[in-house]
Amino acid sequence: MRRIFVIAVPYLWLLALFLVPFLIVLKIALSDMALAIPPYAPTLDFQAGWAGIKAFVSELDFENFTFLASDDLYWKAYLSSLRIALVSTFLTLLIGYPMAYAMARSPEAWRPTLLMLVILPFWTSFLIRVYSWMGILSSEGYLNQFLLWIGLIDTPLAIINTNLAVYIGVVYTYLPFMILPVYATLEKLDGQLLEAAEDLGCSRLSAFWLVTFPLSRSGIIAGCFLVFIPTIGEFVIPSLLGGSDTLMIGKVLWEEFFSNRDWPVASAVAVILLLILIIPIVLFQRNEQKQRESEG
Amino acid sequence: MRRLSLFNVTSLSLGFAFLYLPMIILVIYSFNASKLVTVWAGFSTRWYGELLSNEAFLDAAWVTIRVAVMSSTVATVLGTMAAWVLIRMGRFPGRTLFSGMVYAPLVMPEVITGLSLLLLFIGIGLDRGVLTIVLAHTTFSMCYVSVVVSSRLASFDQSLEEAALDLGCTQWQAFRLVTLPIIAPAVISGWLLAFTLSLDDLVIASFTAGPSATTLPIKIFSSIRLGVSPEINALSTIMIGIVAVGVVIASLATKRSVLRQRADEHAAARAD
Amino acid sequence: MPQTVFAPWDDPKETPLIRFEGVTKRFGDFTAIDNVSVDIFAREFFALLGPSGCGKTTLMRMLGGFETPTEGKIWLGGQDIGRTPPNKRPVNMMFQSYALFPHLSVWENIAFGLRRERLDKDKIAARVEEMLRLTRLQRFAKRKPHQISGGQRQRVALARSLAKAPKLLLLDEPLGALDAKLRQDTQFELVDIQEKTGTTFVIVTHDQEEAMTVATRVAVMDEGRIVQISTPDKIYEEPQSVYVADFIGDVNIIEGTASATGPETYAITWGEGRPPLIAQSQRSFSEGQACSLAIRPEKVAIHAQEPEALNRVRGKILDIAYLGNLSTYHVELAGGQIVKAQEANTRRIARRSFTWEDEVWLSWSDTAGVLLAE
Repeated sequence: MRRIFVIAVPYLWLLALFLVPFLIVLKIALSDMALAIPPYAPTLDFQAGWAGIKAFVSELDFENFTFLASDDLYWKAYLSSLRIALVSTFLTLLIGYPMAYAMARSPEAWRPTLLMLVILPFWTSFLIRVYSWMGILSSEGYLNQFLLWIGLIDTPLAIINTNLAVYIGVVYTYLPFMILPVYATLEKLDGQLLEAAEDLGCSRLSAFWLVTFPLSRSGIIAGCFLVFIPTIGEFVIPSLLGGSDTLMIGKVLWEEFFSNRDWPVASAVAVILLLILIIPIVLFQRNEQKQRESEG
Repeated sequence: MRRLSLFNVTSLSLGFAFLYLPMIILVIYSFNASKLVTVWAGFSTRWYGELLSNEAFLDAAWVTIRVAVMSSTVATVLGTMAAWVLIRMGRFPGRTLFSGMVYAPLVMPEVITGLSLLLLFIGIGLDRGVLTIVLAHTTFSMCYVSVVVSSRLASFDQSLEEAALDLGCTQWQAFRLVTLPIIAPAVISGWLLAFTLSLDDLVIASFTAGPSATTLPIKIFSSIRLGVSPEINALSTIMIGIVAVGVVIASLATKRSVLRQRADEHAAARAD
Repeated sequence: MPQTVFAPWDDPKETPLIRFEGVTKRFGDFTAIDNVSVDIFAREFFALLGPSGCGKTTLMRMLGGFETPTEGKIWLGGQDIGRTPPNKRPVNMMFQSYALFPHLSVWENIAFGLRRERLDKDKIAARVEEMLRLTRLQRFAKRKPHQISGGQRQRVALARSLAKAPKLLLLDEPLGALDAKLRQDTQFELVDIQEKTGTTFVIVTHDQEEAMTVATRVAVMDEGRIVQISTPDKIYEEPQSVYVADFIGDVNIIEGTASATGPETYAITWGEGRPPLIAQSQRSFSEGQACSLAIRPEKVAIHAQEPEALNRVRGKILDIAYLGNLSTYHVELAGGQIVKAQEANTRRIARRSFTWEDEVWLSWSDTAGVLLAE
């Protein structure tokens, strides 16, 4: 009896608050907008019995999806989200890998402290971390003040409200997600492998490319997905640091919902976003699985 | 002892400067007397005073803390149960769906989670307020708790439980007396994680909060949308300070317990 | 046909392949290697033996180029290699953990070093095949290191380090990860491969049996110094110190004072009221000098009745360690000293003549033991 209870409680909770809501999104995505409360039609009428259900199903259609496909705002937003996520993932790797490498090479006594310094920002509010860049990047911000002062530029750079600011924001907030898995694989790397490579004629640099780098591949892949996946649906960073021409699908969904109050379209946007995300998520899972197998 | 090469020292210093400078600047400028945030006009704690007399912020902070305590506590219980089911329950009908539902929220974009929960709450006619935020936060943070706890459970020597059963414990006693104390650190860090996630969340709260309940992130977001504000700087500094103090205390406590354990082992070795 | 014994170390005309000249290595305050000088000759199988922390691994890592000497010089074929990086010296190493690259197949692991020399593809392939044949790994060429057994991994590591035909091969506890049975087989295989390839091997081990089995000469190390270098039989039969006698094999140490009774013959007084023990020694001792008599248990005979022997003592059996082929008797003498005697079990166990608490006699000849000053 107790066994069933232990399974049932979290199971039912997740069914009710994760799966059912998601099915509702799917359903509304197939409905039409209506000037009513709730603002979509049809609504399911259980009182009408089987006929009600049939009438309900027959009114569902893919109209919202054809609308998404015909309006280039949406597919541009999807593409631009992918591009921004891709570029910022690459930049995060570029900054995160050397840090993870240096941490793994540092004396053992330092490592817990360095690790804590990487994790610490996690515990600080995401919103505040993004916010901290608004003061730095704005046209009269600290960065421009500094650059003007040292005489490198004579008119302020326009960084905030551009995609560059979004890249900086993503790299800044997601850097720990890149460093941690890469560090984990590098830290496990047996130092004797590098000695063996040198013993067999490698220089330091070629030992890095032939041994260290390929062996940290699973950490790199994990880190890239951990940055890439949440960045696609990111809302806070583009809305605070990005400009009006920064198109990201999370922002579009938000505005569709809160400003236009078009719930069916917002739901359709969500469904497509999820379909896009399934590919990297599956790839990520496979990478994790492979890593577990090679360890076990 | 290995020495760090120049390259490694450089990448570490630049990296950590990148991670910490923005927050340090934020903290420094929170003591700026000027209303123009980016122009330094002398030291002042004026904005802290204004912040503490701002009723709306205080109300939002109170709502946020209540939501975080409630949701993280429920999430810890549910997440620990879910971890137990995943690691210890073996096979049962619907296990695949269950593990899918536990891991999916981790990768689900917040906008989708928020949207779907809002549609649910409207669908069943639940008024949006503190309760709906708690339900929403519990749902996504229980998954994080379950990941943290299940990794501890998986590495846990199951023969300890079997020993407890062998010595006459019931299943429940074995869990309470043996398993729980051993996985307690993971449960506690799961709670802390859930608590922070709830404190931190803007997107899901924006969808599920009603006019009656505004959380601090929602409040912060609506005021920084228009630009940098000195009050928010002060608020950020307070929040960063709380986190820093918390982490320092936690790391000191861990260090002390490690030192004590080492001393005990040393004493035991000598007594041998 | 007269067989020439391989003993270049006894030939003053031979020049050594490797020469350590007053080498010292310090890590901060800690002196890992303390003024070591040693010659190693071509085609030798040289073992560095000692307990952990004695400096044997540091000594070998200096040969590999992973550590540089603080003082002194290391010569390899007439060249000072003390500061040559590992990728620039004709020395290869077989690592304790084998250090096989997990992302490369067996074949690619063996080809790794050859590829660094930018050899022709055909030449590389031919050499890899040769190595695979030598180590009987042809069937596993395509596998990854985690898909083969521990013994096979060990052979891959060996093949990889031999592929470049180094002048010198270093082996760091090469058999440490194998179980006892496999280790014995592998020891002979190592010797076989060493002879086939004619490569000079330097092996580091803490297992004295392993060192004795494979090596032409053994250097016993203690606290950063080499305490004795000799052939295995001499290390065993003629240890030069109590430390070496005790480290290699099982030994009884009886402490006493020496007094000469004839040419190279000494009487050792070792306790009140007991007849002195007689031992021969080429090492000379002054009258009344403190000395230790080291006798191997297998050279001590055990009797029920008092035997006719030069040295005989009486005692009581305290313990019997039955090892199958042998039994070791721990016999307590009147003064509380314990002397071990070893006998081959030529009879079935039921017919064994001694048991616990039996009063027995132990005896040995005057040449059975080694008289040591320290």
